Amino acid sequence: MSRALPVLTVVAAILALWYAAAVWMNATWTRDQAERAGVELSVSDILTDTMAQERPVLPAPHQVVTELWNTTARKKVTSKRSLVFHGWITLSATLLGFAIGTGAGILLAIGIVHNRAMDMSVMPWAIASQTIPILAIAPMIIVVLNSLGIQGLVPKAIISAYLSFFPVVVGMVKGLRSPDAMQLDLMRTYNASGRESFWKLRLPSSMPYLFTSLKIGIAASLVGAIVGELPTGAIRGLGARMLTGSYYGQTIQIWSALFAAAILAACLVGIVGVLQRVTLKRMGMDQ
Amino acid sequence: MIWVVAALIFWAAMFWLNIRLSKSAQSHTRAVRLLVPAIFGITILVVWEGVVRGLNVPGVILPPPSAIAARISTSLPVLWADFVQTFVKGALSGYVIGCGAAVLVAVAIDRSPFLQKGLLPVGNFIAALPIIGTAPILVMWFGFDWQSKAAVVVVMVFFPVLVNTVQGLAAASAMQRDLMHTYSASYWQTLFKLRLPAAMPFIFNGLKIATTLALIGAIVAEFFGSPIKGMGFRISTEVGRLGLDMVWAEITVAALAGSAFYGLVAAMEKGVTFWHPSQRRS
Repeated sequence: MSRALPVLTVVAAILALWYAAAVWMNATWTRDQAERAGVELSVSDILTDTMAQERPVLPAPHQVVTELWNTTARKKVTSKRSLVFHGWITLSATLLGFAIGTGAGILLAIGIVHNRAMDMSVMPWAIASQTIPILAIAPMIIVVLNSLGIQGLVPKAIISAYLSFFPVVVGMVKGLRSPDAMQLDLMRTYNASGRESFWKLRLPSSMPYLFTSLKIGIAASLVGAIVGELPTGAIRGLGARMLTGSYYGQTIQIWSALFAAAILAACLVGIVGVLQRVTLKRMGMDQ
Repeated sequence: MIWVVAALIFWAAMFWLNIRLSKSAQSHTRAVRLLVPAIFGITILVVWEGVVRGLNVPGVILPPPSAIAARISTSLPVLWADFVQTFVKGALSGYVIGCGAAVLVAVAIDRSPFLQKGLLPVGNFIAALPIIGTAPILVMWFGFDWQSKAAVVVVMVFFPVLVNTVQGLAAASAMQRDLMHTYSASYWQTLFKLRLPAAMPFIFNGLKIATTLALIGAIVAEFFGSPIKGMGFRISTEVGRLGLDMVWAEITVAALAGSAFYGLVAAMEKGVTFWHPSQRRS
């Protein structure tokens, strides 16, 4: 409980700053309108107007929350204006890509740990690839797959998979190598085969590392799916909501899509965190 | 067909060579450690070239590496202009502002345990969010030119660096702080002589994460609107015109810039934190 109060204070401070910024940034438009109409404005007029513009420079928090509520709870889920619908499009691509990326990453990590030639040739590239802005190839993947006749979910999922792939490889290699020489020697004195020492020692001891990289990976997957929706002029998905919002100046729509993405990311990372805690507790590895 | 077969034979030969090299007695020397990944990279390029040529893959799907290299050499001025626009103006200025602000804020909130307790969870939370989504908003506020890209980069790098710096400032042990106290050092002396140097490994960890984020932020922000130059702009327009060799050329530049940027920060880290166990030669 000792942490709740400071966190709440900080959040309240951010909200207060946000309201102040909303008034300050939207006031110009209000004054312009008033000048054109030839009306004198009192301070309270400016305050009320900046809170309720239709296309504000910076929407006030309650406007975003109202929009979020309107587009999630009060629209049918199948409606094109429902954020749940768009969120699901993005989420399905994220999850598919995450599953592919994680699976491939774990397999490659196992290969790297067991094969010295693979380790020496692939590992430096896997590490170097983390310094490369991989996201830049997103538009190309979409268009190339499109010209091959593959559309919709799969191209976005491939970008997601690509982004979650390398964190998992690097984390998993670290994890599979985490048993020390003493433990490996013990397995050898038990006359364990390579397969046995993998299943009974290496894989269990890699779990903390796996979950840490899964958290990074799923956040990266979501970013990948959102960015994958940007360059093609997609009409469905959270990224598409942001893009159309920025085309038509619908700032409230952008902010609500942004918050929906943020909530989605927080939920996904939270779910992985819960899985981590439960699994590690069952394995007796939690601190 | 001959191209594909040649590529496969080359691949098999290089695979065999790498296995031999990695099992040989010299496998721990520095030369072999560099040679093996280099051979692997070259093999990928050769197989790519061979398969694309042998199967007549059209250039709008996957151009061969030779075409990309030719494109890079013929359009150097364009690539350079894009590089300056995106990397030097957008990413680098945003990186400096964002990281500088994050370190200053970290030092400021370090004096108040209350703020620290509140800001760390919030900062950690925000660092995991898809911040790239703020790009359309910031492009609207700051216009199409590099200022909006720098703003996106600032927002993206701020929280990772902030969280790492706050953690780092707590890294000096109680014993070391007590020693500074017995020297009757002031707050600022303790900060500059003990706690900031002790925080450097953590700060550089954040700075290294931020290098990649900075480049990603600058490139993706250009998808939302840009003047007629910049790496992100070039990628999205050339993809639309199916000029994939140009796209690959830009990606090559982005990859080189990203690795060089990271390498530069890592080299600075090596110079500044030479005392840290992870940097010492064992």
